[in-house]
Amino acid sequence: MKAKIIITPKKAVLDPQGKTVQNALAHLGYTDVGAVHVGKYIEVEWTGSDRETARRQIDDACHRILSNPVIEDYRFELE
Amino acid sequence: MNFAVVQFPGSNCDQDVVHVLRNVLGHSARLRWHKDSTLGAVDAVFIPGGFSYGDYLRTGAIARFSPVMAAVQQFAANGGLVLGICNGFQILCEAGLLPGALIRNRSLQFRCEHVYLKTETARSPFTNRVPSGKLLRIPIAHGEGCYFADEETRAKLQASDQVLWRYVNASGEPTAIANPNGSVDNIAGVCNEARNVAGLMPHPERASEAILGGTDGLLIFESMLSALQEKAASRARLEPAPAL
Repeated sequence: MKAKIIITPKKAVLDPQGKTVQNALAHLGYTDVGAVHVGKYIEVEWTGSDRETARRQIDDACHRILSNPVIEDYRFELE
Repeated sequence: MNFAVVQFPGSNCDQDVVHVLRNVLGHSARLRWHKDSTLGAVDAVFIPGGFSYGDYLRTGAIARFSPVMAAVQQFAANGGLVLGICNGFQILCEAGLLPGALIRNRSLQFRCEHVYLKTETARSPFTNRVPSGKLLRIPIAHGEGCYFADEETRAKLQASDQVLWRYVNASGEPTAIANPNGSVDNIAGVCNEARNVAGLMPHPERASEAILGGTDGLLIFESMLSALQEKAASRARLEPAPAL
């Protein structure tokens, strides 16, 4: 099993990278570009076979270490 | 006094803090490796600057779970003084010992320069020796020093007088230009509610000798010493030495 985890800055948190990428895209002529948010993508290969256990433990890991809930949101899917 | 300075793989200001404690202030200071699970008999702990664990994942995210940090958590829970400098501040926030978090500088630049700090309260073990109205001129060197805390946390910080230092200009005003990293409310350093754990992005250990261009940083070390001496004196009053 593999967990695909996406971590993004919370809406209320300043995202200077996103803003800079947004400006660069506008500069390149992509006129329809709105807000851009830069986050992280993490893949975790999971050796256990029980999906429910995997879901629970990955959620726990996301909360404790993979993301910082003060500044980031996360979501993940198992495949 | 006996101090512990924690050392992670990637710490790079650990020896500077030890130097100031030993050679400038004349106290005992020992390094504690990240794998140590005890601190020994110490009066205060410093979490120094650097790039612990290469800043992988997030600044301080991995260091916060190292064995020595469990000992630091315990030491702090028992009322021990803990000061985190730069990466140390980031680690203490990640560990939940301090509120908020530190994110990428608004400018996206690594800023390495002197700043002015206004000490917002003398009512802490880290600021009690800073003269009223005195601005501290201390260097910063960081890429991720933008302090963030949500509105509710900021209101609480303000209400319980937990903001210790703010970035200001030479006239003492917290302007946008004086803010080197985009920190909310120009916050440069905070303490916890119990006031025994503090963190700041600027480097007081790099401003503790005239030959390095200034000694304003010493006021922070001296505040801690004064708080520790006060604590030792009050303990001696409560437990008088047995008569011989």
